[in-house]
Amino acid sequence: MKVQVLGKGCAKCKTLEEHVREAIAELGIEAEFEKVSDVETIARMGVMTTPALAVDGIVKSSGRVLTKDQVVDYLKKG
Amino acid sequence: MWRSFVDAFVYGSLGLPPESGLGSALDFFIYDTVKIFFLLVVVIFAVSTLRSFFPPEKTKKLLEKLPEFVGNMLAATLGIVTPFCSCSAVPLFIGFIEAGVPLGVTFSFLVSSPMVNEVALVLLWGLFGWKIALLYVASGLVVAIASGFAIGRMRLERWVEDYVWAIRGGAIPVERLGWKDRFLYALGYVGEILGKVWPYVLVGIAIGGFMHGYAPAGLLAKYAGPGAWYAVPLAVLIGVPLYSNAAGVIPIVRVLMEKGMALGTALSFMMAVTALSLPEAIILRKVLKPKLLAAYFGVVALGIMLTGFLFNAIV
Repeated sequence: MKVQVLGKGCAKCKTLEEHVREAIAELGIEAEFEKVSDVETIARMGVMTTPALAVDGIVKSSGRVLTKDQVVDYLKKG
Repeated sequence: MWRSFVDAFVYGSLGLPPESGLGSALDFFIYDTVKIFFLLVVVIFAVSTLRSFFPPEKTKKLLEKLPEFVGNMLAATLGIVTPFCSCSAVPLFIGFIEAGVPLGVTFSFLVSSPMVNEVALVLLWGLFGWKIALLYVASGLVVAIASGFAIGRMRLERWVEDYVWAIRGGAIPVERLGWKDRFLYALGYVGEILGKVWPYVLVGIAIGGFMHGYAPAGLLAKYAGPGAWYAVPLAVLIGVPLYSNAAGVIPIVRVLMEKGMALGTALSFMMAVTALSLPEAIILRKVLKPKLLAAYFGVVALGIMLTGFLFNAIV
């Protein structure tokens, strides 16, 4: 599973990144984590507001700092 | 009720005379701070809950179908409720252009989104009353519609960076949110905004309170009153570098008006602070060629100045 956090390094993006790492640790899953900070790539993925979360290349949420539990839900659904 | 409580505390419990500089400054400070923070929490929470219904992905879909002028009006209006932070300006811009939203309509959105926002609204409403708050919103919308429309008419598409036209992002599905998601989002937003603006609000109100207590009335009437034509452009020039400090600037503007600054000049100043920002210009340089950036700033600055002159002439 590949998990990406999209955002240009603002405070909100860092918070989401932390929540994602916690969620991966909690589920104990094998996940490749990637931070996407290039705006062109972000735009290509169809995201208009950051931070955003993508799982296996599919954008799941954008413009919100998800809580750890919300991230866990998204990762479980795959 | 809150007024009489603060008066009783400062003039009664602390025993400061109302006519003293310290007494009136302190009374002003306590009264305003608590009122403003209370309003900020309530209004930001309400507005962010509302805005969770209008993600930009939805806005974009609404706008791509509309003819130009109607599009400008809707874009400016949606700019009020759609989430915006300057770190999202580039993906937002690309997303709109890529969906086929006209350039001018996109600019109406980019102008209105930071200018007409709930923090400015709370401060204006709490410190100036609802009439000036409404006046600000209405003139902000007019400036956003008109400058976006003007940029659209000028046919400046060639001044958008070329790679932008090549991007095909494809739409991501709009998420289904429950009430819990919306409230969590709104709470997060309240925390984020308050965390950012509280020092500015405190400092702004403190400086305002100090000037209210100590600066002589009519101090600015000569330099920034309705008769001083240069006050409006000067206010816009000073306003541009003060970006993101709208929360600190508005309490000071209230006292500047009390000391004689004309309404139009004050409105121009506040609009320049919120709408035109250097950091945002630097970020937008990634998608706009320098000429378009200059046209954008020029057209918006002109619109803001015309608003200032208009209100100075009629009030």
